[in-house]
Amino acid sequence: MTSFNATKLQKTVLNRTLLRGVISIVALLLLWEIGSRFHFTFLASVPAPTEVIASLNKMISDGKFWKDWLASYWRVLEGFVAAQLIGIPLGLAMAMNRTFYNFMFSPLEVLRPIPPLAWVPTAIIFWPTTELSIAFVIFLGAFFTVVLNVLGGARNIDERMLRVAASFGSRKSDIFWKIVLPATLPSIFTGMAVGMGITWEVVVAAEMIAGKSGLGYFTWASYVGGNYPQIIVGMISIGIAGYLSSGLIRFIGKRATPWQRQF
Amino acid sequence: MPDRNTLLTVDKISKGFNLGPLRQLVLDQCSFELEKGRLTVLIGPSGCGKSTLVNVLAGYESVDAGEVRMMGEPIYGPGADRLVVFQESALFQWMTTYENIIYGPTVMRKRSRAEIHADAMQLLDKVGLTEFKDKYPNQLSGGMQRRAELARAMIANPKIMMLDEPFRGLDAMTRDLMQEYFLKLYEERKQTVLFVTSEIDEAILLADRVLIMSNRPGHIKHTMQIYLPRPRTAEIFTSPEYLKYKQESLEVLHAEAVKAFSAGSKAAADFLAGYAAQEKDLNTPQ
Amino acid sequence: MAGRSKQPGKFAGVASEGAIQIRNVSKVYDPEGINVLAVDNCSIDIAPGEFCVIVGPSGCGKTTLLNAIAGFHNITQGEILLDGKAICTPTYTAPPGSERIVVFQNGALFPWSTILDNVAFGPVVQGTATAREANEAAQELLAELGLPDIADRYPNELSSGMRRRVEIARALINDPKVLLLDEPFRAMDALTKGVAQEFLLQAYDRIRKTVFFITHDLEEALFLADRILVMTTRPGRIKCSLNVDFPRPRTFHMRASKHYLELKAEIFTAVREEATKAFVAGERELA
Repeated sequence: MTSFNATKLQKTVLNRTLLRGVISIVALLLLWEIGSRFHFTFLASVPAPTEVIASLNKMISDGKFWKDWLASYWRVLEGFVAAQLIGIPLGLAMAMNRTFYNFMFSPLEVLRPIPPLAWVPTAIIFWPTTELSIAFVIFLGAFFTVVLNVLGGARNIDERMLRVAASFGSRKSDIFWKIVLPATLPSIFTGMAVGMGITWEVVVAAEMIAGKSGLGYFTWASYVGGNYPQIIVGMISIGIAGYLSSGLIRFIGKRATPWQRQF
Repeated sequence: MPDRNTLLTVDKISKGFNLGPLRQLVLDQCSFELEKGRLTVLIGPSGCGKSTLVNVLAGYESVDAGEVRMMGEPIYGPGADRLVVFQESALFQWMTTYENIIYGPTVMRKRSRAEIHADAMQLLDKVGLTEFKDKYPNQLSGGMQRRAELARAMIANPKIMMLDEPFRGLDAMTRDLMQEYFLKLYEERKQTVLFVTSEIDEAILLADRVLIMSNRPGHIKHTMQIYLPRPRTAEIFTSPEYLKYKQESLEVLHAEAVKAFSAGSKAAADFLAGYAAQEKDLNTPQ
Repeated sequence: MAGRSKQPGKFAGVASEGAIQIRNVSKVYDPEGINVLAVDNCSIDIAPGEFCVIVGPSGCGKTTLLNAIAGFHNITQGEILLDGKAICTPTYTAPPGSERIVVFQNGALFPWSTILDNVAFGPVVQGTATAREANEAAQELLAELGLPDIADRYPNELSSGMRRRVEIARALINDPKVLLLDEPFRAMDALTKGVAQEFLLQAYDRIRKTVFFITHDLEEALFLADRILVMTTRPGRIKCSLNVDFPRPRTFHMRASKHYLELKAEIFTAVREEATKAFVAGERELA
């Protein structure tokens, strides 16, 4: 009897799952293609995969398409980074200082439930340019998420670790830099990853409503212009763009928290 | 009463939770002393307040009545002179073994980097973790984590070291090994130790003196001096003295354990007491 | 076995029932094409009413054996018989039933039912008794096990030790031939565990059903068993068997007796070799 080989088992299971996944996607694509070509019920007005691919090919060589990519990414970056730069220190300060926490808690709790997109009209009135309004709405979406996650992470630090640190006569700065910050780091990255997802939603919506560039605008314009395969190209692009940014955050997060790896 | 050998005095401390009708007294007029350089073991059934007692002595919790004095002075809050090794690993997950060990001296800022490093390497060697010094806690097995925690506490040279069931949950072999490590470290440094456990054999193996705690609300029910020579090894388990100590502690502890176990049904406690009394006649201990 | 001269109660086991024969049993797991030999050619004969304890390092296959007896999976080779009837073979597994009941390690009571309802659950759900009959039987059984006054309480009101006893009652009410326990006291501290073991023995003394008990705690094995079987590391084989000739009923005084120490040393040597192998294999704890 052969000995138990866990890695081999995992790889086999993984390969089978992968295979099944690939097969099901290919099957769905085939159904879609057939349904579209033969005008099967609601698929009649939906462009076939082959048409979408053709459109995609055309777009890849079009410079303006990549300008839209850049525009969206730029907006995402602005709002997102601002949210992290303000939100993370705020969350940490609230975790370290009871008075500050009490002070900030009520306004945050009142504003948090308002969905970012509901801010659009206020933002347009409040900020001088459209770009700034969009950036503000994006900021809000990511901001509340990161503050919440930071607070959650900080408050979940195992009390015994804090006690040990206290016993050793750690100063407040020691507690912050050596205990609270590293312990909260995983939650910070979770907040960033979730915030990134929200950010992309807001960007796309804002571009569709009020933008003149970007992937959201591109998709909407394709709809208005009656170019249906391009709509799908837009959707796929947005999906990929969002996935890449979240992936980047996850990657950086993993690097920054080496102790969390499953060994 | 406190002489030059008494390091810590616990003077009639009481502690409870909640107020009014829901009030639960966890410690009730608990008193004892810790002698300098001696290993005192505290043993008692689960829920008897042992962990609360450790928290109070470490300064993490306050008392409702009574006082804890260290060398005559009442204690206020946590300090590096009273360190605790907890039951479940409280190692800093984001630091390597080495970083964990040097944490204490580093934040205390009393020794030079070089000194701390040398001390850390020496302790790592003593607990057999030199090869693992750059690993993270979740890369270490339970036994290794316990050893790392021992090293982390010992490097700070606390006046009193407290361990709250540190070897609980380990299998028999690892436990034996850990007891060996610990005895080695203790017998070398002769620190004042308060060791909490629920295993009688462990208590007799390690202790100079065993304090048996009653069921909740907890106080010291019985004290037992262990006159076995040091260094202690597993050999003691074949000595007639060990048997005597075991019988003595079993008598007291069993009664308390039954009370703890039967919490919620008085009939159950009476039932078992009656059962045991009857059978004692049939089974005379040899 | 020195027994108490007592009228066998309503729940007492029939003297001739509950014999288990495990004959040349092997079990191979086959997850995704890789063979794992969990149990290798084990043969055990358990007499009716015997308290049989299996010890061994973690992962050695003891739970696999228990699961096979309980009917949770089949075996690759050999056969398992209960009172002469095959209950587990490579081609047939008698579905898990009330003949052989398992008390799980984490088997929790239903927090939304009273203790009485929890204990009466089995017969009611199987339809072998009306609700009233089941409740009466449950009351009697609780009294028998020294728990007459908790019938109307909820599990959350009791200590974990008490809850364990209720779980045993919940199993026993189904009148099984065999009681199977898989490290039921594992998570408890040593003192509470000792008391829990005594209560189990007290139940056993009154009811004398066959018990198949798994543990890695040698002291526990010695205190409870009529016979201890030592299992090797994977693939699990029966390394040796040790008779524990302590008379029953047993109490905690036994733990401080000379004879107990001798038996302890004996079993320790037997187990040590296997434990070392498991230990060296990765410094992993059993707990």
